[in-house]
Amino acid sequence: MKKLSARRRHPLAALVVLLFALAVTGGLYAAFAPADKAQADTTAQSLAIEEGKKLYSVGCASCHGTGGQGTSDGPSLVGVGSAAVDFQVGTGRMPAQQPGAQMPKKPKIYTQAETDQLGAYIASLGAGPIKPTEDQYSPEGANVAKGGELFRTNCAQCHNFTGKGGALTGGKYAPELDGVTPKHIYEAMQTGPQNMPSFPESVMPEKNKQDIIAYLGTVASGESESPGGLELGGLGPVAEGLFGWVFGLGALIAVAIWVAARTAKAKKS
Amino acid sequence: MSTSSTNPAGGTDGRKAPAGERVADWADGRLGIYGLAKANMRKIFPDHWSFMLGEIALYSFIIIILTGVYLTLFFHPSMNEVEYHGSYVPMHGILMSEAYASTLDISFDVRGGLLIRQIHHWGAIVFLAAMLVHMMRVFFTGAFRKPREINWLFGFLLLVLGMFTGFTGYSLPDDLLSGTGVRFMEGAVLSVPIVGTYLSFFLFGGEFPGTDFVPRFFSIHVLLLPGIMLGLLVAHLILVFYHKHTQFPGAGKTNKNVVGMPLMPVYMAKAGGFFFLVFGVISAMAAIATINPIWALGPYRPDQVSTGAQPDWYMGFSEGLIRIMPGWEINLWGHTLVLGVFIPLMIFPLVLAAIAVYPFIESWVTGDKREHHILDRPRNAPTRTAFGAAWISLYWVLLIGGGNDLWATHFHMSINAITWFVRVGFFAVPVLTFIVTKRICLGLQRRDRDTVLHGRESGIIKRLPHGEFVEVHEPLGQEQLHALTQHHQYQPIEAGPVVDENGVERKRTMAEKLRAKLSQGYYGQDSQIPKPTVEEYQEITSGHGHH
Repeated sequence: MKKLSARRRHPLAALVVLLFALAVTGGLYAAFAPADKAQADTTAQSLAIEEGKKLYSVGCASCHGTGGQGTSDGPSLVGVGSAAVDFQVGTGRMPAQQPGAQMPKKPKIYTQAETDQLGAYIASLGAGPIKPTEDQYSPEGANVAKGGELFRTNCAQCHNFTGKGGALTGGKYAPELDGVTPKHIYEAMQTGPQNMPSFPESVMPEKNKQDIIAYLGTVASGESESPGGLELGGLGPVAEGLFGWVFGLGALIAVAIWVAARTAKAKKS
Repeated sequence: MSTSSTNPAGGTDGRKAPAGERVADWADGRLGIYGLAKANMRKIFPDHWSFMLGEIALYSFIIIILTGVYLTLFFHPSMNEVEYHGSYVPMHGILMSEAYASTLDISFDVRGGLLIRQIHHWGAIVFLAAMLVHMMRVFFTGAFRKPREINWLFGFLLLVLGMFTGFTGYSLPDDLLSGTGVRFMEGAVLSVPIVGTYLSFFLFGGEFPGTDFVPRFFSIHVLLLPGIMLGLLVAHLILVFYHKHTQFPGAGKTNKNVVGMPLMPVYMAKAGGFFFLVFGVISAMAAIATINPIWALGPYRPDQVSTGAQPDWYMGFSEGLIRIMPGWEINLWGHTLVLGVFIPLMIFPLVLAAIAVYPFIESWVTGDKREHHILDRPRNAPTRTAFGAAWISLYWVLLIGGGNDLWATHFHMSINAITWFVRVGFFAVPVLTFIVTKRICLGLQRRDRDTVLHGRESGIIKRLPHGEFVEVHEPLGQEQLHALTQHHQYQPIEAGPVVDENGVERKRTMAEKLRAKLSQGYYGQDSQIPKPTVEEYQEITSGHGHH
């Protein structure tokens, strides 16, 4: 007690008391306040929209506006559809951590159920691409070769031959596609997130999207084989040149030094 | 063996000579190689690892030829369109040229094909790298000086031809990456004013890509360029034998001798063993790491293109030149002059020529007509060393420019910022490198001077009776003193007199003035530290022992 009384005139004492008081008040409120009761008379859909709206107000509204109308910090979400939400939130790109040239992929914050609720809310703002079902994006039975051709025609300009990604202007980039789930690849093509153009049904039919997904799964995923040995990042001649100089020529120079150091000994006369 | 002409193979005493001797006799009687062998087999080669860089290039060239011959057995240099039905399932049913299909077959259906292909391509990467490093060794040690200027040019030509042989080689599979490279080249050809279009039509036999360039590149790649290179290589080696090898300065080494081991048997064994080591390292690379996985890239179609499309490293600096060049163009009377491509196309040979002509500039500045067989230590030629370093730095800056997209994605930078860095760096970095390198060389010269005059720091601290601490310096041995002071220091040349021998006023030519100015820059007061003279050395070593 002596210790406490000795410090009661400390300049920070008032602050400590205030924090303590706030904590007690908040704790008591949380304990006694009436719990939210679900509205039993609403349908599952409108319930999801309700819940989504709440999540939206907390996580998204600061940039996209309270009604999804967009602000100077974020685009309007009217008409982007649940597919866009599922992609952006499901890959962790949204909610954004900080402004920048492009929102990077990161560990996702919302569960799939919450993402769906957010999607339901955004979809209610205006019609847009709908989150695909599994039979839409499953690469089962798709044509890998055709997918490769389509990929090289439509995607390789930014994502590289085998989906290793590439640079765009001003710090933007096309991300690497290795490890992206078929659903998210499908949604990205549907909605054209960030700098990507969109490939709606009228431009690229569902079947072709499946072909591309199948191609990426075979050639450009963690499971794809590399018959020639180490892939060196699959980045082509720059990585190969670096490997050749460092390991090839490096090893040969080491060997040369070794050979030159082992010279025949002249006989001492 | 020298008596073989008078001796029947049976020998005078009735015993049969050993089989080897008889074979040698037989061959000498018909080829006269004995004299040649006698003159050259005991040729002395000095020992230094940096003298083996050229060997790496030579051996990788041999490996490339051997593997290349194997590849020609299975490659079809044709642009006929076929539908693929080979072993690589993800390509089934795709239309492609026969060249691409046969490269897929080499990779997946020919026994050992993929390994040989990868040895061939890795060998090319190493070959060019070894040539460049070898060239740098020759450059920085001044081995290009008289009498070796011609051989320097032969080596330089080998490098340039090697670049283009590599270029035509990686264009042959007709995959999407190489096709993009060929398209790049076509664009460069088109940018040439007036004749560009005609040249392009001539090269491709019509509109790009046509059906001609693969067979044409094939002939150039397997016949024309390697043929010229082989000839140049032989000439290069003959001149090495004729001039004898250079050596680093040291006790007992003069411009009139070569200190080392004889070719036969020591260097034969070493070189033979080294060949297999080079072969082994390149094969190991080919077995470990994939190169140019054309199956993942797809066949070339002019309507397709991928990001991350770069040439092999030795063409990377041309890619850098294009990537950093602003897209300028001028329209004149309905004709477009594409400066954004044409200027880089002109700078490309200039970058290469800068290093090629340097030996001639230096010999003009020094006016030195003597033969040089003792190598320079790079620090003792600060201007040359600084020039070489500046050239390398320019090359590097351009390589960064050529890979600007990968720098951007892997270091999370803006590609625009990198491009601007390279644009500024193209002008600034070589100048900075030149200044810094020259300072470093002069610093090293000062240290050499100090070491000669004051000896080596021994690390032993001695306390004098009055309390002062001094470090004991050990005087250098005779050999070390020789190595540090044997080099010749040029004096700057003055521009000729204003009046000629008859007292008549004469005009100094521009060249004369330029040469005097350059000479001042090379050997003036700020460009070299006078090496210690004998008097200085004696004064400091006699009398007051340690300083």
